[in-house]
Amino acid sequence: MVMKVYGSALSTAAMRVFAALYEKDLQFELVPVNMGAGEHKKEHFLALNPFGQVPAFEDGDLKLFESRAITQYIAHEYADKGAPLVCEGKPMATVGVWIEVEAHQFDPVASKLQWELVFKPLFGMAVDAETVKENEAKLAKVLDVYEARLGQSKYLGCDCFTLADLHHIPTLSNLMGTPLKELFEARPKVSAWAADIMGRPAWAKVLAMRNQQ
Amino acid sequence: MVMKVYGSVLSTATMRVFAALYEKDLEFEFVPVDLRAGEHKKEHFLALNPFGQIPAFEDGDLKLFESRAISQYIAHVYADKGTPLVCEGKPMATVGVWLDVEAHQFEPLALKLRRELLYKPRSGMATDAAVVEETEAKLAKVLDVYEARLSQSKYLGCDCFTLADLHHLPAMTTLMGTPVKKLFGARPKVSAWLADISARPAWAKVLAMRNQQ
Repeated sequence: MVMKVYGSALSTAAMRVFAALYEKDLQFELVPVNMGAGEHKKEHFLALNPFGQVPAFEDGDLKLFESRAITQYIAHEYADKGAPLVCEGKPMATVGVWIEVEAHQFDPVASKLQWELVFKPLFGMAVDAETVKENEAKLAKVLDVYEARLGQSKYLGCDCFTLADLHHIPTLSNLMGTPLKELFEARPKVSAWAADIMGRPAWAKVLAMRNQQ
Repeated sequence: MVMKVYGSVLSTATMRVFAALYEKDLEFEFVPVDLRAGEHKKEHFLALNPFGQIPAFEDGDLKLFESRAISQYIAHVYADKGTPLVCEGKPMATVGVWLDVEAHQFEPLALKLRRELLYKPRSGMATDAAVVEETEAKLAKVLDVYEARLSQSKYLGCDCFTLADLHHLPAMTTLMGTPVKKLFGARPKVSAWLADISARPAWAKVLAMRNQQ
């Protein structure tokens, strides 16, 4: 039975999962969830994710939700397929730190900016300049730490591409389409890292999915 | 060389790490960080956690930060010591889901309520009743999901106590000292689970550390 991802190619969280599946060269079926129609709050979807959020995921009898739990399952279970997503001989603990950094330092700020600068305009809503200014300053500080880190390590977790990098790609990619790209480009190591991870073939496949929607 | 935890006994994130160490019966040295003096923003601490937050952690040459990365390191590397923190024969993937649920669904709400109900009064600021009401309503919905989950599973991740449960203890214990406790009390399975995990000897040791300050 093929793995299923319930969600939308426009959801950054779902795109995290697609990216991991493509990195691992795994077959999967996308089951679209019509969020505009509130499908994610209906009974049949709540059975997959009781918090009513995309993505949800099935591999045989195993049902999962929370995009980073799903990607970590994929990376662990299919460790011998596709991109390694680990650094040979290096402690996974440091990758674990930077997975948490993406989730707790980068994503809260980047998601707020993504909402203001990418999604609100799509929905015809007014951008809150104060929120943008406040979060831009926070993002700059986070990226200063990334710049220092990437001065010591080729990728965030270690010298190989791992989930600690992958988890950034969907939101990072969205922000690079806004004036905020300056923040990334002003920092040479961050800029090179961003270009590198967004240039991965697996990510191109995720974008192709989105462009078909 | 003994493991070191840099932080504060009053910090929920630091308490998470203490709890994991006590569950595993591990020796460690607690190095207090003087937050009031801004020690966490000084050079020597930033070398341990470039985001200037507690806790930070050292095991020999390995330096880690982000409390949930530290606790997962402890659980993994010291798998054969103390409490298992896994369910034998059960997929770790489901524990992974509920680890992320605590981090993304529960904690943000818990910390918002803590700020309004405890921190603001302490620093002479007014509690925002509207924020409390709105956040309590969201927390109630999260706890409804927990109630359903705990009707199917003895603990959140599986039928054994794991980090998915442990990570809740610091913020939850804090909220039980506020009117928010009624939300937990109103849900029998949540209430029983909370009583069970709060009664663990390792947690009593963490509280003893805090009470000594």
